[in-house]
Amino acid sequence: MSDTSDTGPVLAADGTPLKRSLRRALRAQKMRALALIAPLLIFVLVAFIAPIADMLFRSVENQIVGNTLPMTVEELRDWDGEELPEETTFRALYFDLFLASEAKEHTKLGSRLNYEESGVSSLFRTTGRDVDDMGEVFQDALEEISPEFEEAQVWYDMMSGGEGADSNERLLSNQIGRLEQLESDIYSGDVGFVPGAAISDILPNTARAYSAFAAFVHFIDEDVVAEEDPWEAVYAALALDLEDPGTVTALATYDGPGADILRQAAAAELPPVDMQTAFIESNEDWSRVEYWEVIQTYSPPYTTGYFLNAVDMEKTTEGIALRDEDERIYGILFKRTMFMSMMITFSCIALGYPIAWILANLPARTANLLMILVLLPFWTSLLVRTSAWKVMLQQQGVINDVLVWLGLVADESRLVMINNQFGTIVAMTHILLPFMILPMYSVMQTIPPSYLRAAKSLGATPFTAFRRVYFPQSVPGIGAGSILVFILAIGYYITPEIVGGTTGTFISNRIAYHISTSLNWGLAAALGSILLAVVLILYWAYDKIVGIDNVKLGG
Amino acid sequence: MADTGNNDAFVAFERVQKSYDGETLVVKDLNLSMPKGEFLTMLGPSGSGKTTCLMMLAGFETATHGEIKLDGVSINNIPPHKRGIGMVFQNYALFPHMTIAENLSFPLEVRKIGKSDREAKVKRALEMVEMGDFGGRRPAQLSGGQQQRVALARALVFEPELVLMDEPLGALDKQLREKMQFEITHLAHELGITTVYVTHDQTEALTMSDRVAVFNDGKIQQLAPPDELYESPQNSFVAQFIGENNTLEGTVKEIKNGLALVQLDDGGLIDAKPVNVEKPGDRTLISIRPERVEFNRERLSPDAHTLKAEVVEFIYMGDIFRTRLRVAGTDEFIIKTRNAPDQRRLQPGEQIEIGWLPDDCRALDAT
Repeated sequence: MSDTSDTGPVLAADGTPLKRSLRRALRAQKMRALALIAPLLIFVLVAFIAPIADMLFRSVENQIVGNTLPMTVEELRDWDGEELPEETTFRALYFDLFLASEAKEHTKLGSRLNYEESGVSSLFRTTGRDVDDMGEVFQDALEEISPEFEEAQVWYDMMSGGEGADSNERLLSNQIGRLEQLESDIYSGDVGFVPGAAISDILPNTARAYSAFAAFVHFIDEDVVAEEDPWEAVYAALALDLEDPGTVTALATYDGPGADILRQAAAAELPPVDMQTAFIESNEDWSRVEYWEVIQTYSPPYTTGYFLNAVDMEKTTEGIALRDEDERIYGILFKRTMFMSMMITFSCIALGYPIAWILANLPARTANLLMILVLLPFWTSLLVRTSAWKVMLQQQGVINDVLVWLGLVADESRLVMINNQFGTIVAMTHILLPFMILPMYSVMQTIPPSYLRAAKSLGATPFTAFRRVYFPQSVPGIGAGSILVFILAIGYYITPEIVGGTTGTFISNRIAYHISTSLNWGLAAALGSILLAVVLILYWAYDKIVGIDNVKLGG
Repeated sequence: MADTGNNDAFVAFERVQKSYDGETLVVKDLNLSMPKGEFLTMLGPSGSGKTTCLMMLAGFETATHGEIKLDGVSINNIPPHKRGIGMVFQNYALFPHMTIAENLSFPLEVRKIGKSDREAKVKRALEMVEMGDFGGRRPAQLSGGQQQRVALARALVFEPELVLMDEPLGALDKQLREKMQFEITHLAHELGITTVYVTHDQTEALTMSDRVAVFNDGKIQQLAPPDELYESPQNSFVAQFIGENNTLEGTVKEIKNGLALVQLDDGGLIDAKPVNVEKPGDRTLISIRPERVEFNRERLSPDAHTLKAEVVEFIYMGDIFRTRLRVAGTDEFIIKTRNAPDQRRLQPGEQIEIGWLPDDCRALDAT
């Protein structure tokens, strides 16, 4: 009584607010409930939610281009796509590709871009082999000028700027970061080399190339940097740096280790750095603008490319457009998948409804016995059932034999009933029929026979009574069965694979192909995501039209 | 009972038999005829065949043998939807996916009655059961009593001459049931429809019907107006099934002047009216209503036989007193007395003598 006049919160007997004490009382209960579902929750999270999230991510993920060719991507950012990119782009590509080929990552990039434009794969593969030779020209020339360029220790001293020199930690950590992206790994620890600050200013390309080399030697090859001969790319970078008149001037006053030989090299005549020619010599496809366009188009870390591909579209310089008529496949496949799933759903309704009706109206004992027959297919392996249909439907199969024997079909014109849409629809209707019958049965069981009697006593003919009274009440069962069958059918794989031939396959068969054969996981993920979205949209539409509350899976 | 020859009968069962399994008869040789406008109740325990009879009349079950006639025409081969019989089901069977108005409109639609006509009839029928405002609702939104009224209205809306009701009030609570009993009888009499009503509730049968057919074991045990049924049961089943009843077993000693002298099994002698006992020596079950038992010696005739009784329990029930006695070896003998100012309240342990008018005590067959 005392707290009725109180304006504060309602208190429990011990004076704590009632809400808090209720929460406390319910906490143990909630925890117990949570503990009970925890195993399932964790399982679903690990085995279901996480893979789906990963799939959705893969369908847009495209970091491989930026990770493998970071400098090229940077250079291409402002490229207009009209003419061949300039020499600087080729140079950036050279250094990117050199590191990538050392890490053997360039072929992966090649396969990735090959999905968008065939030919890119071989382009990267052949040039990846040639990048060593392109740099060797400069290595030979520099070693000609001074044999000291052959010495690993000389290079090490030269690039680190000698004992006690100021160092350029940032350049090194940039290169380590780049290597981490390339290898999708995390590296930590002392490389055993830090580029000198002074020499990095004078020879920026060389310092960068050498730092990349040092990081690679230390982390990937696990060797000592000072004992390894630098890559050809480092010589090429030096040649590039020495082409700059500013470098020559700066070198004149430089007194770090190796200053002599650098001045010697600067004074001498080095072969000109012309990467454009070198690349085109390696593979003349580098002169084709469309390949560069592909690299530029797919350089951002996330792309709609897979999705566009999955709906038969592509990115062109004019923007997004439909593919050529003869290159469109997924639209047809999606339409076919939808159409066939609908056909399967309808035939399941047509075959299942009378069975469910009979089951629901029989005495319980008989109904249970017949229910075993309905469930029997569940106990047979899916593969066996599908193969059985192959035996039944093939041209030398049971049905054709019988038809020929009966004289209904001529021996030379046996019906083609398998490896086409018909075969898939027949086999899948058979396999999915129980999923239609069970929900229909459980709904029909709840409809008392007195409704039909009432309708008849009110003057309705048996057919009218069924149509106006029984059927509307059985619709929730049809809805539940249809949703179940349709969703199962739309993602079915094994049966269309076995009996579908070329015209009876589903989108899921294409997804499986991209997962296991073409290894284009991004496209497979995009197709899968679209399928998932279609199912969710249909579910949503169904909920709007029929109402999901009306779906009854059990009595 | 066997009034088969009646040509004026509106509904007639003639030698009807029904078997479901070919081995046992659920309905054995049923003969029944009803005049137009009668309210007849089929009363009986479950499994007595009363619902089967109703279903045969409605057309949902076929008679194994015999003929069922409606207005002089055999309807054995007419399907239910052509019989034009209104029916109220036990669980109402209102179509859950239709509104109340649509439910009522259904029998009119299938009879191809025009829209305006239909609406008028539905409105009138709903008003008849005082449900005029509920046309737009769904059955699930109504209470049991309201659903009951709608079911009634639906069975009447197409103006059938015969209405069948299969335990329509079974699902209602006591108060509502009593109210509905009253309303249904009124409506039936007002509209002059012939009604066949099935129930296992004897009070319901007695209060509502013009005549009651008591069913047991596939046979009509007695077909009579309620008062006759209560006061003059023809056999021990009817006597025990209808109302409260004291029974004592004995043997007929002699029958004379329309009076039977019965010797009870413990030796006591008592007068009774012979109903279906024939000769001295027959075993009999005598039946006496609790309210007809007299323990005031002065009110009995001087030569009446009496029995010794001991009061076991006295129960005060407000309007009546209910006293349990030990009589002739049973202590389940009940007497009911009116709570009047001069009424004596018997005390447990008290020794009394009880007797009755011979007309009130019926010597029936021993079962």
